[in-house]
Amino acid sequence: MNNKSRWAAGPYLLWMIVFVIVPLVLIGVFAFTTDVPYDQNGKALTAEEANFLILAKGDDAVSYRSRFSLENIFEVSRYLPVLFNSAWLALIATAICLVIGYPLAYFMSRFRASSQRLVQMLIMLPMWMNFLLRTYAWMTLLEKNGWINRALSLVGLGPFEMINTQGAVVLGMVYNYLPFMILPLYSVMTKIENHTIEAAQDLGAGSVRVFTKVVIPLSMPGIASGITMVFVPAVSTFIISRMLGGGANMLIGDLIDLQFLGNSYNPNLGAAISLVLMVFILLCMSITNQLDNGDEEMEGKML
Amino acid sequence: MSKPKNKIIELKNVSMSFKDSDTPVLNNISLDIYDKEFITLLGPSGCGKTTTLRIIGGFATPDKGDLLFNGKRINDLPPYKRQVNTVFQKYALFPHLNVYDNVAFGLRIAKVPEKEVKQRVEAMLDVVDLHGFDKRSINALSGGQQQRVAIARALVNNPKVLLLDEPLGALDLKLRKEMQIELKKIQQRLSITFIYVTHDQEEALTMSDTVVVMNKGEIQQIGTPQDIYNEPKNAFVANFIGESNILPGIMHKDYLVEFAGNNFDCVDKGFEEMEPVDVVIRPEDITLVPASDEVLNGVVETVTFKGVHYEIVVNAYSDYWIIHSTKSANVGDVVGISFTPEDIHVMKKSEMPKITRYTIPSNEEEGDDE
Repeated sequence: MNNKSRWAAGPYLLWMIVFVIVPLVLIGVFAFTTDVPYDQNGKALTAEEANFLILAKGDDAVSYRSRFSLENIFEVSRYLPVLFNSAWLALIATAICLVIGYPLAYFMSRFRASSQRLVQMLIMLPMWMNFLLRTYAWMTLLEKNGWINRALSLVGLGPFEMINTQGAVVLGMVYNYLPFMILPLYSVMTKIENHTIEAAQDLGAGSVRVFTKVVIPLSMPGIASGITMVFVPAVSTFIISRMLGGGANMLIGDLIDLQFLGNSYNPNLGAAISLVLMVFILLCMSITNQLDNGDEEMEGKML
Repeated sequence: MSKPKNKIIELKNVSMSFKDSDTPVLNNISLDIYDKEFITLLGPSGCGKTTTLRIIGGFATPDKGDLLFNGKRINDLPPYKRQVNTVFQKYALFPHLNVYDNVAFGLRIAKVPEKEVKQRVEAMLDVVDLHGFDKRSINALSGGQQQRVAIARALVNNPKVLLLDEPLGALDLKLRKEMQIELKKIQQRLSITFIYVTHDQEEALTMSDTVVVMNKGEIQQIGTPQDIYNEPKNAFVANFIGESNILPGIMHKDYLVEFAGNNFDCVDKGFEEMEPVDVVIRPEDITLVPASDEVLNGVVETVTFKGVHYEIVVNAYSDYWIIHSTKSANVGDVVGISFTPEDIHVMKKSEMPKITRYTIPSNEEEGDDE
């Protein structure tokens, strides 16, 4: 590559520095600092002293300065149950997406080219609809007086408590993120040649073993990226849980949202939770990456 | 060399057409394949040779007709239950497995004990000259090596019949020649039936016991390589198997044919009187002699050096004759074209002749039965 063409990467590099690296550093800074109140003489105050001073002399009497602290990170541990609940629901949603999406992606990849395009479009179609609208639609379906309960009441069933449950949140996740599972699986499976499958049949493998010994191992990279692409947005969602889960099923995303825009305004804590979530997701991704190249290592061990 | 005796595979009046087209891929094919023979299906692309192989392998189902294996009809038997294995055109190796696991695939499916798997895989890797390649990744192999893995992967299962679909197509000329000899050796050593598909006539003649020439979904001729080359049944076979001079002629009576403006003695008989025919004369059967009234005369148009011989094109009464000669000639020379009655091959014109299977000599008694 010559020196001039290297400049072509410049704009994105700049973008990356300004909008990726700097914000990441800022989140780190926020997460590891707390604002501490000081009086006009530069003396650190306790929260009570600060409140007293503000009441007595007005807002200007107290100034805040950031100070390094692990307080926020420790405070995150109070919310670990929320984190685990989020991970659990995202995991269930990811598993359901895999179970639904895998066979579909497989059969789709074996269709004729024209049918492949049609099915592909049908899968993408809901994604072109606004995310909020899609989720609202589920609200009207699942509500106590919603379409499903009304339909059920016609045959003398229900009403069932469907909205504001964990099930509704999982349903929302599956509905919204299923395409992200199907598409990477599909693109990997179109690369599995018919000859490879025929070779397995030729060597005595019936359809079950063709699947377990050839199709699944060869689609591992698709499985790994599908899991990542569903699990990561699902674990950090806040719209779905707020709209379909009600107040009772708070997820880690809602918690972060509250720290920045809600009543319990505390950007430092919000940053700390975000940071912990990020580390958690990175850990999960390294596990799915193991899945991806796991079979190569297995080969070595089998000998 | 093993002498084929028992029919192992029979195709009886097999026809097949693809879903979205009316023209048949195979039109009423009947073919007997004998135990332990090396049989080649030869023809241009689209002649139905690969489809025939896929029917035998179980990857295509004929619309009409029967496929018999050891006398039993197996039309509806799925591929994984057939006693045949295939070497696919693009090898179709499993990219997620290494050399050893690729070769071991079939044995493991058959639940062969791991100890025996190891023995048989190692032995087969020796046969295809890939000793010590066990742990190599498939992607780290050259085309020739991948091809050997594909052969080993099929042969390790001890199939009764090995199907090979243009297995040497992707290799360069030198490697292809080496592999031709090697494949023939492997076939003789293991003494099993090879059904080989190719469009390369030289390859077919080099390796086969029997060649089946196909065109447009029909069998043109079945015979030994010598038969096919020396006694082509029609103009298509003559033209496909090597270069030929094909001229229109008229069969006056038995042993007398007219072409190129003259009457010639020939060794062919059994035609109608005054029947229009095709006359085939191989370029290497023609000798250039000094021009005289005894022979056809013509003018040398071009001379091309081909290594072993010169290819000389002679224009005689506006027929172009291709002649292969070890001696050169000068462009513009007037020369005589000479050939003997044995060099003239007379064949029926439009209608393709009825194909009959050549009879197989069975001098040997039982000996080879398993």
